Amino acid sequence: MALAFSPDADREFDRIVRRYPNRRAALIPTLVLADRQFGYLSREAMEYVAKRLELPSAWVLSTATFYTLLRKRPTGRFHLQVCVNVACYLKGADQLGDHLKKRLGIGFGEVTPDGLFSLEGVQCLAACGTAPVIQVNDAYHEDMTLDKVDALIESLRTAPADGGAAAGPGGAR
Amino acid sequence: MIAIPANPTRGHLLRCGPGESILDLARHQSMGGLVALRKALAMQPAALIDEVKKATIRGRGGAGFPAGTKWSFLPKDNPKPRYLVINADEGEPGTFKDRYFLEQDPFPLLEGIAISAYAIGAHTAFLYVRGEFVHGIKVLEDAVEQMRKAGVLGRSVLGSPFALEIVVHPGAGAYICGEESALLESIEGKPGRPRNRPPFPAVAGLWACPTIINNVETMACVRLVLQHGADAFLAMGLPKDGGPKIYGLSGHVKRPGLYEAPLGLTLRTLIYDFGGGTIGDKPIKGIIPGGSSTPVLGPDALDVAMDFERIKAAGSMLGTAAATIFTEGTCPVAVLLRISRFYAHESCGQCTPCRDGTGWLERIVESIEHGTARPGDCDVLLSAANQIMGNTICALGDAAALPVISFVNRFRDDFEAHITGRACPYGAA
Ligand SMILES: Cc1cc2nc3c(=O)[nH]c(=O)nc-3n(C[C@H](O)[C@H](O)[C@H](O)COP(=O)(O)O)c2cc1C
Repeated sequence: MALAFSPDADREFDRIVRRYPNRRAALIPTLVLADRQFGYLSREAMEYVAKRLELPSAWVLSTATFYTLLRKRPTGRFHLQVCVNVACYLKGADQLGDHLKKRLGIGFGEVTPDGLFSLEGVQCLAACGTAPVIQVNDAYHEDMTLDKVDALIESLRTAPADGGAAAGPGGAR
Repeated sequence: MIAIPANPTRGHLLRCGPGESILDLARHQSMGGLVALRKALAMQPAALIDEVKKATIRGRGGAGFPAGTKWSFLPKDNPKPRYLVINADEGEPGTFKDRYFLEQDPFPLLEGIAISAYAIGAHTAFLYVRGEFVHGIKVLEDAVEQMRKAGVLGRSVLGSPFALEIVVHPGAGAYICGEESALLESIEGKPGRPRNRPPFPAVAGLWACPTIINNVETMACVRLVLQHGADAFLAMGLPKDGGPKIYGLSGHVKRPGLYEAPLGLTLRTLIYDFGGGTIGDKPIKGIIPGGSSTPVLGPDALDVAMDFERIKAAGSMLGTAAATIFTEGTCPVAVLLRISRFYAHESCGQCTPCRDGTGWLERIVESIEHGTARPGDCDVLLSAANQIMGNTICALGDAAALPVISFVNRFRDDFEAHITGRACPYGAA
């Protein structure tokens, strides 16, 4: 079946387009919307955005591939992003990352076979005063420790299908 | 001597302490909110710009350019619309101050935007927020909606003939989009590649229209200037560096976080009085004073005042006044590796010296850290960094080179020990 925005996403799309003097300016917000709705930006999703905005697909592809938050492949239902930059490094981010890799049996950039978790090392999340930080989907988890990470993983494993509180207001992105 | 606040977790800019928030427009108004905007609307825009000039608000985004002066670069006779763009990309590692306004206290920011837009004659302001701040984007959109419903934004700002819309625009994960011209490209829907200047954005910015770009904290300062007057604002800081400042503190300190004090706070007061000293009371090895691109200082710099001029005289930069501290026992090569990896990852790839050079820096630092570098590689590293400096369209190249040069110069013995010992003496690799 061809991809299409849900009615809710369609309303959001209209709201976005209305804010700008031209359609190209609506591109990044629309790609963010598409990434959320479709789970990631497949080639098909990018073409869909191009069609909706009436933009050449080359413009859409070159922009979509430039920005790291726009996912170009599927992630787990819970996408764990461990900050590896300097402030978090000084507060033990490497140990957190290693612990998560061992516990989930995957490396950075990988997804667990059940599709529940994916893991990624990311750059500074601008929460250095509460380092180390892990972002799960939309939600920041700050002042993390190995114990807190274990508790987090447990709560995510038993989270309801809509994402649950630990994944933050946006749910599974 | 500057006056050191007794409770630096609160002040004129930081109205909320950790865990608190003001998310309701009525509450903002009950605390003196919108007074500054009303005052501004009663003034002529030119007089307003003069007041901001008098307050010498130096830009809080890192470069320290005076806000009023920047505004006066707008061409007088250009018939195109003017835009105000607010930089909430907050990407410089170590920096986490703008997030305060986005998540805990959005109204002073939005009020500052309305005042500034009126001053420069912009009827649309774009607030560019880094994409990771999903929560902050929701808070801002809600706050904008509250203001629109209350008639503070929209066709008639507080009943005046001035019209203003504020558009919250999400980024999508690219540090380079914090650079102002890349940010404009990004709003236009393009990859974030910095533009050559001239023309400067004040002349030809967003869609080639006259555009002013300012940082979030700068906007909050504009509101303070109107609230209290330029003289009172100046008295909150230094004669040439007006106003209070939000300082960030992270790394090996007991109480990391945000603190507010006048510009010119010493690193010692920030680290020991506000931050409670270092974890385990260990001696300090390095201080990155204003975000990861600012040259690293040592404990000999503890009495340096954090303002634009004096920190420069001490060999570094105020940057975003976000200090990251590391203590003895920390491998400086490992710290630099995190920094160099970041800039290599974030180079947009447009200029060869930066695209290739940042990769070289990362690989050489990595080989030093892992004990596989050759004698002489410290000089290779310095030479690579020096060949990036000044040879790129934007300052990301310099931002990548400066930490490398300062780390190698300050911790040369540590670097050489990795090479001669063929391993990290700290066991950090
Ligand atoms: C690579 C790079 C990244 C930057 N990132 C930011 C940022 O995240 N936030 C910001 O306000 N300014 C950032 N700046 C500075 C902006 O280019 C610009 O000077 C600033 O937003 C102007 O606002 P101000 O005058 O109010 O400080 C960055 C500059 C460079 C070169």
